[in-house]
Amino acid sequence: MSIVIKNGRVIDPASQTDRVADVLIVDGRIAGVAPNLSSPAAEAYDATGMIVAPGFIDMHVHLREPGFEHAENIESGSRAAAAGGFTSICCMPNTKPINDSPTVTSYIVERARSQAVVNVFPIGAITKGSAGEELAAIGAMKAAGAVAISDDGQPVMNSRVMRRAMEFARSYDLPLIDHCEDLNLSAGGDMHEGVKSVRWGLRGIPAASEDVMVARDLLLAQLTGARYHVAHISTRNAVAMVEQARRHGVAVTCETTPHHFTLSDDQMPPYDSNYKMKPPLRSCGHRSAVVDGIVAGIIGVIATDHAPHAGSEKMQEFERCPFGIIGLETALALALEELVHPGKITLNRMVELFTTGPDTVMRLGRGTLAPGAPGDVTVFSTDLAWTYDLNRSESRSRNSPFDGRAFRGGPMATVVNGQFVWKRG
Amino acid sequence: MNPGLLGIEELDRAAIEALLTRAREYQPLQSQSLKKLDTLRGKMIVNLFYEASTRTRTSFEIAAKRLGADAVSITASGSSVSKGESLVDTLNTLAAMRPDAIVMRHAASGAPHFLARHLPTPIINAGDGTHEHPTQALLDARTILDRRPSLEGLRVAIIGDIAHSRVARSNVHLLAKFGAQIVLCGPPSLLPVELKDLAPEVTLTNDIREAIRDADVIMMLRVQLERQHEAAFPASEYFRFYGLRLEHLELAKPDAIVMHPGPINRGRELSSEVADFQRSVILNQVENGIAVRMAVLEKVIG
Repeated sequence: MSIVIKNGRVIDPASQTDRVADVLIVDGRIAGVAPNLSSPAAEAYDATGMIVAPGFIDMHVHLREPGFEHAENIESGSRAAAAGGFTSICCMPNTKPINDSPTVTSYIVERARSQAVVNVFPIGAITKGSAGEELAAIGAMKAAGAVAISDDGQPVMNSRVMRRAMEFARSYDLPLIDHCEDLNLSAGGDMHEGVKSVRWGLRGIPAASEDVMVARDLLLAQLTGARYHVAHISTRNAVAMVEQARRHGVAVTCETTPHHFTLSDDQMPPYDSNYKMKPPLRSCGHRSAVVDGIVAGIIGVIATDHAPHAGSEKMQEFERCPFGIIGLETALALALEELVHPGKITLNRMVELFTTGPDTVMRLGRGTLAPGAPGDVTVFSTDLAWTYDLNRSESRSRNSPFDGRAFRGGPMATVVNGQFVWKRG
Repeated sequence: MNPGLLGIEELDRAAIEALLTRAREYQPLQSQSLKKLDTLRGKMIVNLFYEASTRTRTSFEIAAKRLGADAVSITASGSSVSKGESLVDTLNTLAAMRPDAIVMRHAASGAPHFLARHLPTPIINAGDGTHEHPTQALLDARTILDRRPSLEGLRVAIIGDIAHSRVARSNVHLLAKFGAQIVLCGPPSLLPVELKDLAPEVTLTNDIREAIRDADVIMMLRVQLERQHEAAFPASEYFRFYGLRLEHLELAKPDAIVMHPGPINRGRELSSEVADFQRSVILNQVENGIAVRMAVLEKVIG
């Protein structure tokens, strides 16, 4: 079984490749990148005029299985990933039950093996039940397939517990990913604290609630030597602190989401729950600090924080609606629209943010088209005109602020382990 | 679009002036012996109150009846709300009964705005969370204009828990549209600096004396002592620093009036003497509430 992707512009930052060539994949592995490759019986895909890149990695998604399959499951979430050009996704542990034991980790791995069309890597909880008190079975979860630990969404408030967690993460050589939010400062908040929240009478989530936790975590990462990753960074101070800590030798990385580099609270229609997420859409000043952080290389990963919620859950009073939006299918197009087309970053840099960036954090051994690497390929266009139609989403949920948005450029075909799992219809 | 009344912010000056003028025309009716008109005969209004309210609900009900409309009032307890039905399902059920308008009060900011996107029935906002209370601002403006020729240039002090006050927000929007100078005053935790951006001509102070100095109008807001549990302010010293007392009034213009949206807490946000003060117009506000709500119902349904 082999496929050959013909005549595309191959961009593989890991091997410093940027040229028109063919990509040959044999038996699920990259067999070669060169002009005029062919193989008898290879399925050919004409990528003329398109970009051929290593398979994109989204290191921050919520697949909702087990426990919330009405909103998403591993199968539907993986199809949405494939339609967005992602070949590998890492799923957060806030399922029901929470992924805080090797039993749940193994269940997700097994379900993914039979149901998922892309590679699925589970992230284990930091603490039991993500309750922030007792450490979860971190080593056993790693043995069962967990690639990182995080209490995403229910961050560890107790600094002593976080310190211990970092010590274990370091000894197991796992990255620790933190959703940085001081829950006391953000209590009851529904959107960024600022002019809009005050105008609309909504309780605010101050930028300081993120900054305080990033500061604490950076000090603990320095103390413990853990590999520490800031999830969905969204504030000016947080970006500055990460940059400073890195200069002082702290092993810190960070990601941001497409919605945080695209939207700010002033673009939000009043009380529209498709704009409600954590961290909240910040002011335009914070948004530009995030964009600057990407440009400066402080932020090395784009991750979607794909967070499906069933329609009825988002059809409520704003303050009762859950936080989060889906994002797998729009991430690449938003990165092109917001970062590449305006000339803020190069196409090669964008590919890094989706491949080597997350692979550096998660160490999946993916994100490259080097010979012998897993046969994961993302083919995309930089000029295809298309419109996002939420009703045709592969996700089970419909919570996106980008419905009906017209894009220039987007995914064309997705290859996982040497097989086409999605092609633009 | 749902042509109800969601807030003052979206209204232009002309729309507000039309409502205030119409309300003035309805004022004499309130003291006649025969108070009922047939302007809205055959129309049905549902008052849906998800928060306890005596004065606003009664005021809307009386306004509807004086216009000849039928009014049904529903309160949250003892309704489908306590059976776990979602807000949008409840409203769809009510809308299917074809009322001509739904008057709604809800504890969640934006609840009426959310419903207006999904319902054909006009929705009149009778107070949403800490966002807006448009008919309160209209009746406050009517009450001021009964004593002053115009709002322009008036100095209006609004004092109390501004952060959580829908009355304050609606009043700021209305007064600013007519060129009043607005001073917002309260303890720092209840007076976020972003309030300055609500409208032009808004200033903030933590000093009640500075707020009252040369004021034409003093609007006191209700203070909820429960907020002290959020560490919002030390309740034990609230009255000392933010309660309105008679001696404060000497700082204001000699003919300044004192307003309060009610229900008042004597000894908490204002002294008992101030509540009974001759230039306190609290009961006039209540009376104007009916005339203003008649104007609103007529505009929305008529």
